[in-house]
Amino acid sequence: MSTLSVALTGNPNTGKSTIFNELTGIRQKIGNWPGVTVDKRMGYIKHDDRAISIVDLPGTYSVNARSPEEKIVIDYLLNEHPDIVVDVIDASNIERNLFLTLQLLEHHIPVLLDLNMIDEATKRGMKISSKKLSDLIGMPVVETIGRSAKSTKKLLSVFTSTVMANYKNSDLIESHIEAVAAVRAGEGKDDDKEEKVIALRYALIDKLISETVDTSNMASTSTTEKIDHFLANGFIALPILLLLLYAVFEVTFTWIGQPLADALDFIINTWFSGVVDDALTTLGVADWLHSLVVDGVIAGVGSVLTFVPLIFTLFFCLSVLDGTGYMARVAFVMDPIMRRAGLTGKGIMPLIMGFGCGVPAIMGARALDSEKDRMVSILVTPFLTCGAKLPVMALFAAVFFPDNASNVVFCMYIVGIVMAIIMAKVLNVTTFRDKQSTFLLELPPYRIPDIKTVLLETWDKGKGYLIKAGTIIFAMSVLIWFLSNYNFSGPTDEMTESFLAVLGAGVSHLFAWQGFASWQAGAAAITGVVAKEAVISTMGILYNVGDVADDTVDAANQMMTALGGSFTALSALAFMVFTQLYSPCVTALGTIKKETGKWKWMFFAFAYTCVVAWIVSLLVYQIGRLLGFN
Amino acid sequence: MAVVVGQNKMTLNHVRAGSSVKVEYLEASPLKERLMSMGVVSGTVIKVLSSAPLGDPMEINVRSYNLAMRRKDAEKIVVSLLPTA
Repeated sequence: MSTLSVALTGNPNTGKSTIFNELTGIRQKIGNWPGVTVDKRMGYIKHDDRAISIVDLPGTYSVNARSPEEKIVIDYLLNEHPDIVVDVIDASNIERNLFLTLQLLEHHIPVLLDLNMIDEATKRGMKISSKKLSDLIGMPVVETIGRSAKSTKKLLSVFTSTVMANYKNSDLIESHIEAVAAVRAGEGKDDDKEEKVIALRYALIDKLISETVDTSNMASTSTTEKIDHFLANGFIALPILLLLLYAVFEVTFTWIGQPLADALDFIINTWFSGVVDDALTTLGVADWLHSLVVDGVIAGVGSVLTFVPLIFTLFFCLSVLDGTGYMARVAFVMDPIMRRAGLTGKGIMPLIMGFGCGVPAIMGARALDSEKDRMVSILVTPFLTCGAKLPVMALFAAVFFPDNASNVVFCMYIVGIVMAIIMAKVLNVTTFRDKQSTFLLELPPYRIPDIKTVLLETWDKGKGYLIKAGTIIFAMSVLIWFLSNYNFSGPTDEMTESFLAVLGAGVSHLFAWQGFASWQAGAAAITGVVAKEAVISTMGILYNVGDVADDTVDAANQMMTALGGSFTALSALAFMVFTQLYSPCVTALGTIKKETGKWKWMFFAFAYTCVVAWIVSLLVYQIGRLLGFN
Repeated sequence: MAVVVGQNKMTLNHVRAGSSVKVEYLEASPLKERLMSMGVVSGTVIKVLSSAPLGDPMEINVRSYNLAMRRKDAEKIVVSLLPTA
């Protein structure tokens, strides 16, 4: 028998993805729909000896083809003709959910209605007659409880036993379709006609609801509203929000993520690197190959792998918060503040992540509503002080501003935030001027997150980072290794004679007016694009200080003599500002390419941040000089 | 300081939390069609819930789910007050 194709469609927050995850487990593949950054999730499963392929279409409230997601849903259903289209409905929210159902029926797409989370609806005092609903619209209706194994089994049996061809729109639906067609054929503007159609749909929904749903026992205030009283409405919501965000940060960067990252760093860069180093020496491989493997590949790829625990932990925490429904409240509470910066409430989470690492922050922008919000968020995230910039700032501040080191570092955070806000505003009135930013957000009921869904989401995002960014960083590591170890006459032991030195000298001309036109600064800036921490290690090598100590104070002492000669306090400040603002690191650039789907935006992100950094550092240096600093 | 739009009518942004209202009509706005698709159409009963801590956005209960919107968008929704139950 041929493979049975099933497509899951439905509103957001209906438990659709949970059903998909329960049905397919780890037998799922996540790709991209052509041309857009919307995930395409496919899964395969066998039931009663029947092979079933399941696609989880993006959750949408309607299929007017206004957003990429809506277009994907309707195009897929109309062009691919899946054997069974499941319309997953949050039973306790059946009214609004039926809107999409009617739209699908109007397209003559037969649907299997799945009244999901029927237990929640019952608990809220709603009584829904599936049988009556099925009779009224002419389509099969099944009831499920999102994450129970029994429901999953039941659904699979329904899939294999249901022949959709046996179902036809009821007369009620057909007469509705005629009414809709009459409105569309009538006089008037398209928008007005569309509004009339919407009104027709809700008129029919009101009729369906009145005949199938008994709400006489419904409680007036839900548990969710009671919780919202603390988490979303009262003044206490703000400190709670800060506390929770702080907790996520702590878990990621102190309690779980960072210790794992440090352990992994040790395993790769000390233990594994040492083992390979010894093995290569024993085997007597050529020096250049030895150096490429140890200094290039292991050091480079290792630096990426050490980010992995951080990313997985962060995404795990955020996925849990998202699963509870709290993330919607964060957006709700923060919207007025974010709006002033030209962003929306939903943009807060990705930006907060940006203080840890720009990569998950850029990926986090996926959750935003409109293309404009996504793009602005992605493009301003790199200005924030990520974990890799912090050591650079701390070191320079310790060397040049020993009395005010922490204030200077704090100022760098502020510089980053202020530039992110300014550029968000600028992008809003220029590049994305015509695009709408809107805020209309469903606040779903609080729920206990489905652990399977949380783990799959975490794995999915982390895996994407591993593969895509890993390939780019791998290539760049080899390239930088080559540049710093070779010149036109072949391999060189002196980095001062390498391609990198030549390039650094070339780049340094750009900084003539910023006061740091040394080739070392130029080379450091180049390697800083690979990873911001590299600014410090490159300078350490170039100024010949030997290994830079891990401890900031010791490192500061080491660097003091070296840097003191080529930087003044003012030019050091200009250099810090430049480092704070210029280009995202290659991993982040790779992520921008992946998330926006276009090389254009990656190059734009690189170029405009460099320009901004160049201008701001110039201002810092020149204004500083005018004010008599040095 | 409710702005009166005719007898007993006002815009949604001026409705006090806890009150129930009936939607009269929606004025033109970029969100109009999305709002309607999400169930805010003429005749729909809306219960206004509490706002976010800074007073904006506001939260409403419509067709048994909760929806958050900015006050400036709520200004485009004309409603009439229902007697409190």
